[in-house]
Amino acid sequence: MEWTRQLLIVPILLPLATGAALLLIDELRHTAKALINLASTLLLLVAALMLMRVADGAPEAGGALSLSYAVADWPAPFAIVLVLDRLSALMLVLACTVAAATLVYSLARWHRAGPHFHTLFQFLLMGLGGAFLTGDLFNLFVFFEVTLAASYGLLLHGSGPARVRSGLHYISINLAASLLFLIGVSLIYGVTGTLNMADLAMRLPAVPAQDRMLLQAGAAVLGIAFLVKAGMWPLGFWLPPAYMAAGAPVGAFFVILTKVGVYILLRLTTLLFGGSPEGFAGFGGLALLWGGMATLAFAMSGVLASQAMGRLAGYSVLISSGTLLAAVGMGDAAVISGALFYLVSSTLAGAALYLLIELVERAREPGAELLAVTMEAYKEGEEEAVEEDEEVGVIMPGALAILGVCFGCIVLLLAGLPPLSGFVAKFAMLTGMLNVDGLGSGGEVAGSTWVLLALVILSGLAALIALTRSGIRIFWAPLDVVVPRVLVVEVAPIVALLGLCLVLTVKAGPMIRYTEAAALSLHAPASYIQGVLGPADPEGERR
Amino acid sequence: MELTLAVAIGVLTGSGVWLILRPRTYQLVIGLSLLSYAVNLFIFSMGRLRVGAAPVLGPDGAGSPADFADPVPQALVLTAIVIGFATTALLLVVLLAARGLTGSDHVDGRESR
Repeated sequence: MEWTRQLLIVPILLPLATGAALLLIDELRHTAKALINLASTLLLLVAALMLMRVADGAPEAGGALSLSYAVADWPAPFAIVLVLDRLSALMLVLACTVAAATLVYSLARWHRAGPHFHTLFQFLLMGLGGAFLTGDLFNLFVFFEVTLAASYGLLLHGSGPARVRSGLHYISINLAASLLFLIGVSLIYGVTGTLNMADLAMRLPAVPAQDRMLLQAGAAVLGIAFLVKAGMWPLGFWLPPAYMAAGAPVGAFFVILTKVGVYILLRLTTLLFGGSPEGFAGFGGLALLWGGMATLAFAMSGVLASQAMGRLAGYSVLISSGTLLAAVGMGDAAVISGALFYLVSSTLAGAALYLLIELVERAREPGAELLAVTMEAYKEGEEEAVEEDEEVGVIMPGALAILGVCFGCIVLLLAGLPPLSGFVAKFAMLTGMLNVDGLGSGGEVAGSTWVLLALVILSGLAALIALTRSGIRIFWAPLDVVVPRVLVVEVAPIVALLGLCLVLTVKAGPMIRYTEAAALSLHAPASYIQGVLGPADPEGERR
Repeated sequence: MELTLAVAIGVLTGSGVWLILRPRTYQLVIGLSLLSYAVNLFIFSMGRLRVGAAPVLGPDGAGSPADFADPVPQALVLTAIVIGFATTALLLVVLLAARGLTGSDHVDGRESR
């Protein structure tokens, strides 16, 4: 048991060490850097899978549902803790999977389009790992900033006016959101005197009535910072242009970033307000529910209105986060279980879509690639070497057929049509919404639930219409089809991501069992608190 | 003292918000800096305002914890300053790059008509 506890720090230390080491290697040694990065990412994926096993096995062993790691072995409420439970393990595995796929994709050409790609990549992974595992609010801020700082660098990777312009917007908006984050954190600290999430949940019921307003204001301000990240309407206008401007592998990796905001909102609302402490019962739930629905409606019209594929993908990311936010707002365990399944499926499909778009666009405008120009500007002397490399790479035979099939799968996944996992996910979510008192026992379905239900189904329809339209335009309409030069290493990650969705469909039973257990343990915050602070204090008061 | 601090934070925040809504990138940077100063002061004030309290230990050894100024917000402010400084520096670089690439210091890269 002890060594598994040490495993908790790996998702932070490993990328940190790798990222720092990569800085020391000369920029010209692409292959060495790429291999180190790939090895580290794969190792991280293995570690994340092991953590997932640990998190899932905990209750059978009779232990607490969550596993905590006290950094430098200081006792919990005073020092930094890392906490692992099913939800954080799931997010970690998902992040590493998407990272591995996008990294392999970037090896074809993108990683040479600018300096320090691999370092920034590792730091982004470190920030994500820390944000998923941390057990206190201020470290959440630190890891959030690490994630953002790395993402600023990655967004600008490849340079060019479009990227710099949208990078400027992206950075400014996120800086402003970080300031809100700080205000929220300090308000919460000012009222409760603690930043440890578990400790906070314990102290919440004891907050005197006259301080409650202040604490609620703090929580709301904090929430807005995450909602900016998750792209809730009207805070999500920055998202489609920024993600569209980013390079394909970066855009695909960023799909997981919106889910960080959703993850933290889910974690905090269930942990702090899930036990319905006096004056806080269901706090923020309605705002999330209606905000999520507004996001869905906005993203739906956005999807239908987009001409460019990149913009369309951005709005489909917004559809996914709107659905998730509304599900978090409903706060029902069965809905959240379905939503977690949906989160995994839609993230994988979204990442695959971003990767696919670049390959498809390459077919439509041969030779007019921005990337080639920026690569030239970046290192002129290396031009011959680049071309030589491209000749060496294995070119995919029958590229258009494979791309078409992949595109079809993505459409099915994003629209939530059978037989793929997108359908299973939506079905699980809608079942949870309609069976308020548990499966088969009926119960009154609220009016807002019907609205959400309609929006979820309609957004699927909108995605279907928009994606089919672009599919026809790309694959069927052109008279003289230019077959894109697509390397195996570029198609493989897309196929792998979609293959994972297929596995998710076939193994939907075990997966739903896992997400159900995760949702149930989220709704029993006592075990989380116990996992962090140890068995309940007999003296009651801690301070 | 409470009033002075509150007014200072208010003025900084107000100016900062006004500046980040302006169209020039330089105004944006200054606005974000002012806002981060305001937030730093705000975090500091969340540890309660104390005059003449020892930072950690008084000259005659440890006394009651109630005599100390709260050290946690000070640590938080320090971290926030470092992070804010780094990100502002990065934003400056992007600002310069945008100026060079678009030839305009408008946040959208072109003048609005």
